Amino acid sequence: MLLALAVVLFQALASITGSEYVLTQMTMSGYYTLVIVGLTVLMGYTGQISIGHAGFFAIGGYTTAVLTTKNLLALQNSPLAAFLLKWGLAVHTTDPYGAMIAHVSPWVSLVVSVLITMIISFLIGIPILKLKGHYLAMATLGFGTIIYHLVLGSRLFGEADGISSVPSFVIAGPLRITGDTSQRIANYYIAWFIVIAGIVLLVNLINSRAGRALRAIHGSEDAAGAMGVNTARYKLSIFVLSAVFAAVGGALLTHFNGSIGPSESSVVKSVRYVAIVAVGGMANIWGSLTMGLLLNFLSLRGYLGSYDDAFFGLMLIVIMLFFPDGLLTRETLGNAAGLIKSLKQRLAGKDKGVRK
Amino acid sequence: MTFEQFLQYALSGITMGSIYAIVAIGYNIIYNTTGIINFAQGEFVMLGGMTAISLNFFMPLPLAIALSVAIVSLAGASIDILLIRRLKKPTVLNMTIVTIGLSTVIREIALHIWDEKVRSLPYFTGDESTSINILGAYISPQVLWVLGVSAVIVMLLSVFFRYTVPGRSMRACSANLMAAKLCGINTKNMITLSFVLSAAIGALAGCVVSPITMTQYDGGTPLAIKGFAVAILGGLGNSTGAVVGGIMIGLLEAFSISILPLAYMDVIAITILLLILFIKPSGLLGSSEVSALKDY
Repeated sequence: MLLALAVVLFQALASITGSEYVLTQMTMSGYYTLVIVGLTVLMGYTGQISIGHAGFFAIGGYTTAVLTTKNLLALQNSPLAAFLLKWGLAVHTTDPYGAMIAHVSPWVSLVVSVLITMIISFLIGIPILKLKGHYLAMATLGFGTIIYHLVLGSRLFGEADGISSVPSFVIAGPLRITGDTSQRIANYYIAWFIVIAGIVLLVNLINSRAGRALRAIHGSEDAAGAMGVNTARYKLSIFVLSAVFAAVGGALLTHFNGSIGPSESSVVKSVRYVAIVAVGGMANIWGSLTMGLLLNFLSLRGYLGSYDDAFFGLMLIVIMLFFPDGLLTRETLGNAAGLIKSLKQRLAGKDKGVRK
Repeated sequence: MTFEQFLQYALSGITMGSIYAIVAIGYNIIYNTTGIINFAQGEFVMLGGMTAISLNFFMPLPLAIALSVAIVSLAGASIDILLIRRLKKPTVLNMTIVTIGLSTVIREIALHIWDEKVRSLPYFTGDESTSINILGAYISPQVLWVLGVSAVIVMLLSVFFRYTVPGRSMRACSANLMAAKLCGINTKNMITLSFVLSAAIGALAGCVVSPITMTQYDGGTPLAIKGFAVAILGGLGNSTGAVVGGIMIGLLEAFSISILPLAYMDVIAITILLLILFIKPSGLLGSSEVSALKDY
């Protein structure tokens, strides 16, 4: 697959030029891209704009952080802790002071965070997906903000400091998801392997019967319903799926970073995800992938400086006004002149008033 | 709780509630003429306060406030002229998302101009320590200013919309844009006027509440969300509903402090927003038949 080749090439390039530190940002971009491609399917194929997906990212990340930072050995009296220890679901390590501690195995916490996300997104999704247009946008925005405030205000979630010293995620033997620079290359491949797997899943979904149903829904919900497509069920399923993608991205990034903070659930992060999906083309997974990679990398490397959030806000405005189909469509991909030409076309086509 | 405590909570709730109501009325004005939810409404409030604080260094307070309102109104007009008029047939949803992006950009610009420091205007009458005793509850005279200014704004707006020609033209635009155009009303200018009005009342509200709640660069977003919740609660487009809804949410927030930890106070308004959206999106004072007929 072309993407896999590109991934390997990039790593080889990075190693050769001795700038392996960029791999860290690429890994982080990879996990964020996982969120973004899930959101692409939701926004592009079912037309539901969700400005609250950072909330799901945070649910995934915080669940795994809370679970894996609780010392089970100290809680041995509680039946749940005893259960986990007995069944080998805990990982025994030593803490910096040399004492034995045990925490929930990251595999378990990943499963738990996915389950919790599925439940929450299912419960939230049922009423939210009945809303239309800007009511849906504001409701998802509200959901994201609730998560942000809950996370910011609870001692369990570390309030403003977040949760840190999240242990690494041991996959098998020496292979683990961790921020250790010695494991950088391995982590890069792990992250992108997961992203590729996710994309393969989504592409298969889109090309299947379910995918055609989704495209029908996006084209016209009433028509799709008239043809017998269970629109409510499909919309809800995709909502939950995209939430799970976000949660997995959140959980794994938390293990990679070793910490998570309340800013990961903020509105500006959600705006960032929506902006990237929009600029890559609403229903274009490859576009979102490219743009997600590029823009997250720039942002993480710090090239955007203190104008980070403003950049994504501005991009969202420009895209929504001038390029609602995204920047990477056929007419704009031609060349730079094509970009300017389409911009001129849109500006020339304006007429009076703003009515839709 | 004692009667004095009850009154204290109630007055605090009504104060913040009237600010939310002003923001909601701003939403309603723009929604009525264009159907767009202007998420940057909260930023107008923040900008009004910030600009007045900066101007106050050079000129006396009343002049600073008046000039700040003018500047923010200009900003509102330029948002309309530069952005909202741009597109041939934008969907309303696209425009709403544009305003969300816009609020982010405005917030970042404010951060770069004014730093992250928390500032405030000086109290209009007296200072931080003056307080008036009303039946056992102690309030600052600024609270009376807030309530007074909000009441004046609401009254002036209803007079404007009912008895003046531009006001009635705007109501015509909200009823039916095409028909208004046919009557010779310049709908583009009316839309700009609605942005100017929303920005102006937002700025004024920001100035008058600044001594009590302080102003900082990210104070706009919570106001925008809560103001939207109030607007929806009262029925989108319904200004009486906005006032009622604002006072209700203000009171709920104030009394919630006696039950919930303070950190969760902001969650109340959003939860109410979600509940209303799920149960009765037309709001308390809106009619469900009318809102079902609307295109947006």
